[in-house]
Amino acid sequence: MNRFLPDVLIHTTEMMKNKHVAVIGGGIAGMEAASVLARQGLKVTLVEKQKATGGKLNDWHHLFPDFSSPGVVVENLDKKTVRAGVNVVCHTEISHIERNNGRFELSDQRDVKIFADAVIVASGFHVFDATLKEEYGYGLFSNVITSVDFERRMKKHGKLLTLQGTEPRRVAIIHCVGSRDAKVGNIYCSKVCCITGIKQAIEINKMLPECEVFCFYMDLRLYGSKFDSLYLEAQKRHKIQFIRGRLSEAAERPDKSLQLKAEDTLQGRPLRMNVDLVILLVGMEPALSNSSLMRNNQMKPDENGFFRSVNMHEARNVGTQEGIFMAGTAICPMAVNETLENARSAALEVMNFLRTDKNHGGF
Amino acid sequence: MENFIIIPFTVGLIYLTLVLIYRFVKWVRGLSKLDKLRLVQSFKIRRMLRSLKEVFYEGLLHRKIFRKNPVLGYMHMSLAFGWFLLIVLGHIEVMAARRSLLVPFYLPVFFRYFETGTTFFASGIFSFLMDFFLLIVLSGVALAMLKRFKKQLFGMKKTTRLKTGDRMALTSLWLIFPLRLLAEGMSAELYGNGSFLTSSVGHIIGSFSSESTNLVLWTAYSCALGFFFAALPNSRYMHIPTEVLLIFVRNAGIRLKKRNNTYTDIQVFSCSRCGLCLDNCQMAAAGINHAQSVYILKNIRNNNLTDEQLFNCLLCGKCEVDCPVGINTIDLRITQRIESTLQYNSSYNYLEDLPARKASTIYFAGCMTHLTPGIIASMKTLFHMAGENVWFMDEEKAPCCGRPLMLAGQHDAASKLIVNNTRKILGSGAKTLVVSCPICYKVFREDYELGNVEVLFHAEYISRLIREQIILPGKTTTRIVYHDPCELGRGMGMFEPPREVLRATGKVIPVKNEKQMAHCCGGSLGNLKISQQERAVLRNQAVKDYQQYLPDVLATACPLCKKTFARHRGIEVMDIAEIVVSSIRKSAEVVPVKASVKEEAFAEELV
Ligand SMILES: Cc1cc2nc3c(=O)[nH]c(=O)nc-3n(C[C@H](O)[C@H](O)[C@H](O)COP(=O)(O)OP(=O)(O)OC[C@H]3O[C@@H](n4cnc5c(N)ncnc54)[C@H](O)[C@@H]3O)c2cc1C
Ligand code: SF4
Ligand code: SF4
Ligand code: SF4
Ligand code: SF4
Repeated sequence: MNRFLPDVLIHTTEMMKNKHVAVIGGGIAGMEAASVLARQGLKVTLVEKQKATGGKLNDWHHLFPDFSSPGVVVENLDKKTVRAGVNVVCHTEISHIERNNGRFELSDQRDVKIFADAVIVASGFHVFDATLKEEYGYGLFSNVITSVDFERRMKKHGKLLTLQGTEPRRVAIIHCVGSRDAKVGNIYCSKVCCITGIKQAIEINKMLPECEVFCFYMDLRLYGSKFDSLYLEAQKRHKIQFIRGRLSEAAERPDKSLQLKAEDTLQGRPLRMNVDLVILLVGMEPALSNSSLMRNNQMKPDENGFFRSVNMHEARNVGTQEGIFMAGTAICPMAVNETLENARSAALEVMNFLRTDKNHGGF
Repeated sequence: MENFIIIPFTVGLIYLTLVLIYRFVKWVRGLSKLDKLRLVQSFKIRRMLRSLKEVFYEGLLHRKIFRKNPVLGYMHMSLAFGWFLLIVLGHIEVMAARRSLLVPFYLPVFFRYFETGTTFFASGIFSFLMDFFLLIVLSGVALAMLKRFKKQLFGMKKTTRLKTGDRMALTSLWLIFPLRLLAEGMSAELYGNGSFLTSSVGHIIGSFSSESTNLVLWTAYSCALGFFFAALPNSRYMHIPTEVLLIFVRNAGIRLKKRNNTYTDIQVFSCSRCGLCLDNCQMAAAGINHAQSVYILKNIRNNNLTDEQLFNCLLCGKCEVDCPVGINTIDLRITQRIESTLQYNSSYNYLEDLPARKASTIYFAGCMTHLTPGIIASMKTLFHMAGENVWFMDEEKAPCCGRPLMLAGQHDAASKLIVNNTRKILGSGAKTLVVSCPICYKVFREDYELGNVEVLFHAEYISRLIREQIILPGKTTTRIVYHDPCELGRGMGMFEPPREVLRATGKVIPVKNEKQMAHCCGGSLGNLKISQQERAVLRNQAVKDYQQYLPDVLATACPLCKKTFARHRGIEVMDIAEIVVSSIRKSAEVVPVKASVKEEAFAEELV
């Protein structure tokens, strides 16, 4: 009846209030989508496998590009979900989504069962396992860490030291580890690591002004509105040195410093350098549970293994199984602000779906 | 009796003989002086007998094909050996009939046309045997026809594609024996000189045709023979005479030495295009169906080999294993690569002459092991435990061993690296050179001249340490599947030492595709054309096979295999050196501390 109303004019009816939406993944995407839907009056359950919501942001120290606090973002989202009345279930990892009599049945490996009229998959991303690039020595050499380790150390200790407990005098930041690398099977760009690297380089410089920082990149992908100015600032104010070239291998020296072999592709010659610490900017990969979440329904992966949208321009949040939607980095790599926008649009798609879904007495 | 019927046959035979003489002489003359000397010296009774035996087993009986596939083996044998017996027995028969050792060369072929009904010593037995062998040959022809249309029956997945010259030869070959049957049948009907097969066939034809059919059939038979002989030099059947030459030349110890000579031609013409190499080639799984050995050989022969084909090969050596002709497909391909890149060799002018260090043992990790620091760390631990005075020759700086360049055909560039490394190795005064990469191992063993320096693969070195009880690994119940690296297994024939090492640490599960038939991991440096996606298909296929045996760990003895398999992410992969070191640590109850393990613990606290 009201079919011809423009989509934005959604009125929540009594009928809608009986609808139940399940959101898988309590990262920022899941929290935002769940709270928007609950505010509209729907029943929403948010399922998170860890003991608390917030996802990866719980590990981050500062957010690019403004060095703001990820903790505050998570805290605000937590407040929103509570106020809107979202039912939050932690310690539960959903492994199956099955469609039964027009409804969805979600289950975990134990005996949890959740029934829902629509589902949002907000399972986020998986951090690339840097041991797969064995030539960089992660896991073998104590002074090779990842960007994730950097955030965690900074958050926990507020400072960056080598494993011997000394202040590093030279740090190399390596871009594109596990991204844009057909050998490890990931040909796409993870999008946020270039700017993460610049942010971390600036943080190191602020903390240890004497420390030299080198970024090894293939090309810099600084797509965001404030990213380029941060890059200029890094070069001018913080004297970060950018070297175009891919690291080929690292070797540990007896004093635990690292010898790097790379090629400077601007100068066109091989390069060797000794540094005290190496930070690998690890890429974003599809979440590990994706394949099991796709197994019992019509959801499909895209060419990179993330969830496939029915249309990447007009229906980014709509999955290939009717009634299942996606939000945030379950779709592709994105930053915090994009993730939140994307989650709100997912909520809108769910509202539209439930309103027009005839099987469920939509109007 | 009309004599003209022998003309097509005779003309074909004379033409064939002339071409063969011309080619064989050209080929032998084209060998290097040294190789010619080798050939002359090989003319000794024992060697000759050995070669003749091989000709008999492989050229006539096709024993190797038999082993691989009995039906296919029977097909080849019935055609080759059956025909051979017909020729030999035919001659004896004519000699018996004429009571003379000198008989016209065509007579045994057309005997039943010219010899109308005389009986001679054992003529009944002769005609019986001749019929019997004809039957065998015919069964082979029938199978060959069936194979063209239903190759799966022969346990083969693919069969080779034909070009016109081959098709002509094939058609005439298929016609020869059915026509012979009909012609001899007709003569048997007319003159009663046949046996069980020809008489009964003759009976049937005779019932609806006149006497003049006899001449027609014999003429057709002669034509088919003549046509086949004429088509043979330009068809794949040239392999039949060439293989005989190949056997003699090979048994004289002649090999390809990185440059083409006529030995290349002899091998190329010896390929029967049986297609057995296609079945062994994994690349088909990734949709690569144009670069296998049989096509390379064919295109070298036809002068239309493309670089795309030449460089699209893993050099895994699986095709060589089952080649019934024993063609050295890998050497042959590398030689073609060398020939095709002669103009593009890097000069390596910037190679530095770094000083050698005095040491009793040298460790050369090589570029690949440098990409797997885990293996280097384990080797260092082992050297330390052995208390050796080891010079880690390429720890900081050193050129590559040269093998990857060699695989790419860059022979001159590789030689420069070899010279540079050789000087250092000899300068150090070391007695032993240990390597942990099979790619290096092969080139050090085959292309370096290191005098008395013993080149050891780390598996050999480690197994020696274990045997001498210098290191004591702890044996566990870990299920280990061992992957034979191509360059080590098929490439160097080393299968046991790595297994011996592994048996000291856990339970080595035998798998179906191992040793000579082991998979290639897909990571091969030899293939310069394959895409990463195609490599992943090959790797996944191998991993899937190994996973059936539920291993706790997939062991390799090659840094490149390790890296390739690790990227699959679904299976734990370790080099034998790492396995040994970790088993020693475990038995000493010292758990290695990994930096990443710490980070993980760290993460747990946060969440
Ligand atoms: C090193 C690094 C630094 C970054 N720094 C910044 C920055 O400074 N600024 C910025 O804007 N962006 C940054 N990002 C990007 C930011 O982390 C992401 O945009 C954000 O985390 C996306 O949130 P999400 O909810 O989509 O996914 P996630 O944060 O991955 O959350 C997904 C949640 O789903 C849960 N989950 C997954 N599967 C299941 C399941 N089957 N059942 C139940 N729960 C499940 C997970 O436990 C997790 O809590 C950074 C990224 C990286 C890698
Ligand atoms: S964002 Fe930068 S570092 Fe990350 S994958 Fe893309 S190009 Fe590489
Ligand atoms: S190379 Fe060997 S196996 Fe391959 S077709 Fe020729 S003869 Fe047969
Ligand atoms: S060497 Fe291996 S990849 Fe190359 S043709 Fe032979 S079987 Fe195929
Ligand atoms: S083979 Fe290697 S791995 Fe072994 S050193 Fe030479 S290039 Fe390298």
